[in-house]
Amino acid sequence: MVDSRGRPAVPAPSTAGAADPATAAGWVDAPPRMGFFTDTSVCIGCKACEVACKEWNGVPTSGLDLLGMSYDNTGALTANSWRHVAFVEQHRPAGDGSSPVAEHPTGTSCAAGTTTATGTEPGLLPGRPDAARAPEFLGMPAAGPPGRTGSAEGRGDFRWLMMSDVCKHCTRAGCLDVCPTGALFRTEFGTVVVQEDICNGCGYCVSACPYGVIDRRVGDGRAWKCTLCYDRIGAGLTPACAQACPTESIQYGPLDELRERAAARVDTLRARGESQARLYGHDPNDGVGGDGAFFLLLDEPEVYGLPPDPQVTTTDLPAMWRRAGLAALAMTAAAVGAFLGGRR
Amino acid sequence: MANADVIVIQGSNMAEAHPVGFQWVMEAKRRGAKVFHIDPRFTRTSAVADAHLPIRAGTDIALLGAVVNYILTNELDFREYVLAYTNAATIISEDFVDAEESDGFFSGFDPATASYVQDSWQYAGHERDSGGGSTVEERDAAAGLRHESHGAPIDGHPLRDETLRHPRCVYQILKRHFARYTPEMVERVCGVPQEKFLELARAWTENSGRERTGCLIYSVGWTQHTVGVQYIRTGAIIQLLLGNMGRPGGGVMALRGHASIQGSTDIPTLFNLLPGYLPMPHHAKHPDFDAWVDRIRHPGQKGFWGDARAYAASLLKAYWGDAATEENDFCYGHLPRMTGDHGTYQQVLNMIDGKVKGYFLLGQNPAVGSAHGRAQRLGMANLDWLVVRDLFMIESATFWQRGPEVATGEILPQECATEVFFLPAASHVEKEGTFTQTQRLVQWREKAVEPPGDARSELWFFYHLGRRLREKLAGSTRPRDRALLDLTWDYPTHGRHAEPDAEAVLREINGFDTTSGAPLSTFTQARDDGTTAIGCWIYTGVYADGVNQAARRRPGHEQDWVAAEWGWAWPANRRMLYNRASADPQGRPWSERKRYVWWDAEAGRWTGHDVPDFEVTKPPSYRPPEGATGPAALAGDDPFIMQADGKGWLYAPSGVLDGPLPTHYEPAESPVRNPLYGQQANPTRKMYADPVNSTNPSPPQQHDQVFPYVFTVSRLTEHHTAGAMSRTVAPLAELQPEMFVEVSPDLAALAGLTHLGWAHLISARAAIEARVLVTDRLVPLTVDGRVIHQVWLPYHFGFEGLVTGDSANDLFGITLDPNVLIQESKVGTCDVRPGRRPTGAALRDLVQDYRTRAGIVPGVLPPAVTPGVPVESTGDAERNS
Repeated sequence: MVDSRGRPAVPAPSTAGAADPATAAGWVDAPPRMGFFTDTSVCIGCKACEVACKEWNGVPTSGLDLLGMSYDNTGALTANSWRHVAFVEQHRPAGDGSSPVAEHPTGTSCAAGTTTATGTEPGLLPGRPDAARAPEFLGMPAAGPPGRTGSAEGRGDFRWLMMSDVCKHCTRAGCLDVCPTGALFRTEFGTVVVQEDICNGCGYCVSACPYGVIDRRVGDGRAWKCTLCYDRIGAGLTPACAQACPTESIQYGPLDELRERAAARVDTLRARGESQARLYGHDPNDGVGGDGAFFLLLDEPEVYGLPPDPQVTTTDLPAMWRRAGLAALAMTAAAVGAFLGGRR
Repeated sequence: MANADVIVIQGSNMAEAHPVGFQWVMEAKRRGAKVFHIDPRFTRTSAVADAHLPIRAGTDIALLGAVVNYILTNELDFREYVLAYTNAATIISEDFVDAEESDGFFSGFDPATASYVQDSWQYAGHERDSGGGSTVEERDAAAGLRHESHGAPIDGHPLRDETLRHPRCVYQILKRHFARYTPEMVERVCGVPQEKFLELARAWTENSGRERTGCLIYSVGWTQHTVGVQYIRTGAIIQLLLGNMGRPGGGVMALRGHASIQGSTDIPTLFNLLPGYLPMPHHAKHPDFDAWVDRIRHPGQKGFWGDARAYAASLLKAYWGDAATEENDFCYGHLPRMTGDHGTYQQVLNMIDGKVKGYFLLGQNPAVGSAHGRAQRLGMANLDWLVVRDLFMIESATFWQRGPEVATGEILPQECATEVFFLPAASHVEKEGTFTQTQRLVQWREKAVEPPGDARSELWFFYHLGRRLREKLAGSTRPRDRALLDLTWDYPTHGRHAEPDAEAVLREINGFDTTSGAPLSTFTQARDDGTTAIGCWIYTGVYADGVNQAARRRPGHEQDWVAAEWGWAWPANRRMLYNRASADPQGRPWSERKRYVWWDAEAGRWTGHDVPDFEVTKPPSYRPPEGATGPAALAGDDPFIMQADGKGWLYAPSGVLDGPLPTHYEPAESPVRNPLYGQQANPTRKMYADPVNSTNPSPPQQHDQVFPYVFTVSRLTEHHTAGAMSRTVAPLAELQPEMFVEVSPDLAALAGLTHLGWAHLISARAAIEARVLVTDRLVPLTVDGRVIHQVWLPYHFGFEGLVTGDSANDLFGITLDPNVLIQESKVGTCDVRPGRRPTGAALRDLVQDYRTRAGIVPGVLPPAVTPGVPVESTGDAERNS
């Protein structure tokens, strides 16, 4: 059985037991899987999550650079930023995102890197503000992107999307699969955590992450990322970011409950005319087996700098190994055949 | 707020400046409320609002006045509420002339003093109730502030017309006054498209009335204007007309500037108030105790302010204890007296003039946070001594060494005579005490950690400063030292630094019986015979039964939605003021949906979710007997009990110095000629013709195009006020690491600015530089056929800390609101040029060049009355001047 994209609806898991990754990882009587539901529709971009995370986890500064990417001066999730609030300044044609122009399904989106000088470019490296500089504004009003008509009247609908991004704590985590030292492990809560005293800084996990989340710290070499506040949740506390969030945009709890809540919230928003509201990372059948940290978005994932169809990078490993094995067998057979044939 | 059906946020960037309180806006939205944001730019508040209306800074009365007009023209007011609970039916004196009839001036204007005599504004038959005479002294004393807890006086019974048809009834006057405030005028004055305005007006009116309520939220975006008090008055008029006062989900929510600013007006750090909104005595008007309290309570007056003598006597008793007796007027002679304007801006000008020797700065950074930063720094450089208590080495402590005037050569560090004493202060987590927030909720906080090193609490500092001063003066026989030596100064201390007990202070604020020492539980126990001592009468009850009620922390899920057992709210733990208005005149809830406080006829008392804001056994049918005074003179359906007539005032016959009704005036600096009146700006605004101060020219003055752009300043979530608590902290500083200016793509094209490049902004006071953020969140507005460009700056930056930058407040001059002496620091004019500003002496040359081109003469300000507008001096003014 294949889905519409032509891949197996339930791909062979790289680590078995997608439903309960903690049990699959060997935990006996594991507690319910815990995670984050980040509802971007109520995010006010205050960045309290970023600050609370840094304070609690002792994360070093990520640099004092003005990036010019709207109000985002963090740039990306990095070893020194485990929460990152993206800001997307966006024009929409009047009438809620359904564009009259068929080839622009979401209107002019800044974050997708399409047009404007002021939007967020996702995934920028920190400390590279120059990279954030979108094409220079040419100085002619007519050269501006659509919507810049020079008056409040002609501006049409304008949106400023905000989204607090974080490690997804994938059900099938590529980083964990490739870690050669066992520094990355699956906790009893189903989350994925790096143990800094074991990590040797090989960096395999960095290229294995389909979201570009895990990162090595400059000058330290080891890999760092969100732990979902393993120390706090183990003591029955809420992770620092969710605790600090003033509008309950970041919600923490058992993943099953969060998924129910999120589905109801999407229904509510759609009923109110927010037709582009959708969940991201909630589906256990997606390319990473569903995320432990999933999101409610108000536009396409690309707008926020998220991959539309993430795939665990180790998804094809069994098949590759099978093919490699077959190839080795074939070559062996061919070699043997050559010798045998030679005797004739 | 969570119960609102519509929320209008104007003059506030609530999501960014009050993110924690904003959770209740989001909660209301979750429940289906519509949220409107009216602001010059699209902010993080606009991002989650249902609609954003970009408005020209300083034109809010034109927009709000048009909402009033929309309500009256379409008769959408909540008539039963308006008739019973407001002064809509009251007849006004036939001497009253409206600003509509004389080009922006109400009757009673005296051009010589640029102030009003208010006799003609009074209720008909009460023309002498205003107290008579010039209001210049009230302006100098920022007298409007004392109305924070009560209205102005009125005697006797006003005439009423219950049909609202009398041409001089408030309803008809209101209708005529705002008749020209149409949607077309909103577009012409504010730059807000008519359709957008009508969307707001429709949503506001449709979501108000018997079944629904709307909430209005403002912050310093309204107050920091030369017409700021009238902005808020206009909002209050709308909310009264729509029946949104005293009801759940209604109200006018004033968001305070930072933690416990409400507390520091209740127990004031202001020159003109004493605790509980008792006025600071004036040397001429209040020669003795009786003269002082009679000016507060107005003998024979209706309403709750009649007991002022007991509050005043109890305060003096708290100050001077056993030394204060009935015979010596409770040591009234020890109180300092006002002699005029002692406001912060007058003080700074006095410093420059060498009239002030020493200055204490506590939790304040005027070198960055106050208007006209250069004047602030020049003033502080001309002191003998300056004490700065802060968490970090702030700009106001190092201006003499590293300030912009050092770079320009105006302050020479080796010659600056000001001796600066920097004393490290304990932060809020390093000391115990209370915060009083926006809703008057007093919350106790515990000390979490010991302060580091020499850092000490303010309580420690003042207690021990007082103790040492008293020790030095011990044995003095000079009368002037008695005030200090007679003080009760006996707070218990603990710990190795002898930290005074903060709860003992709270207990004194609450008040106690001086014979038994027992804490009082309500301010009705206050006496004027010396048997009670109360530090702040409106806080009485916070220590009832000897228990710190402010420390209560019963979780929300363990009590009802009003949560009366979380902290303690003044007065009397009442969570919503004037909540009698949540019931109809007969005492029944207006609707089940908005049920809050109601009359229980069987029990013969008011009851409900909150502490009723009414005499609890006074039935709705009560009518005062002839000659009644005080609370007994208010009827059972007069919900606004701190007002002298028990009514919400659509029209203010006194108490507001610049007019009984709000009127649109342009800001003191504006590129636009007032489209509504000949009078350009508020004629009663407070101005200081000091050589250091100046005002950029506005039409019809010449040279107004030297400063063609409008600028406004406000906050970012990432920084706190003048930046001392955020620019010094890495996890915050890195989130907004540089001073920037937001400009529209159109202005960027016009002025040659590039994204992330540099720009400098010039006013008649200063030139500052900032990085450029080009954004569609700012749009040029078409105003009266002209395109007006607005720019925005954060005001958090200064020259100390991890991240630094020029200070936006340096651009402002000093012009104040006449009622409360708040500076106009939300709107000004400037020029914007690409590139960095010059440095050193060349910087002053650049500013001087602009001043010359603008025709600015040092010490000369634009006239209060716009030239060409005919104003005749009234006989009353002459009589009283």
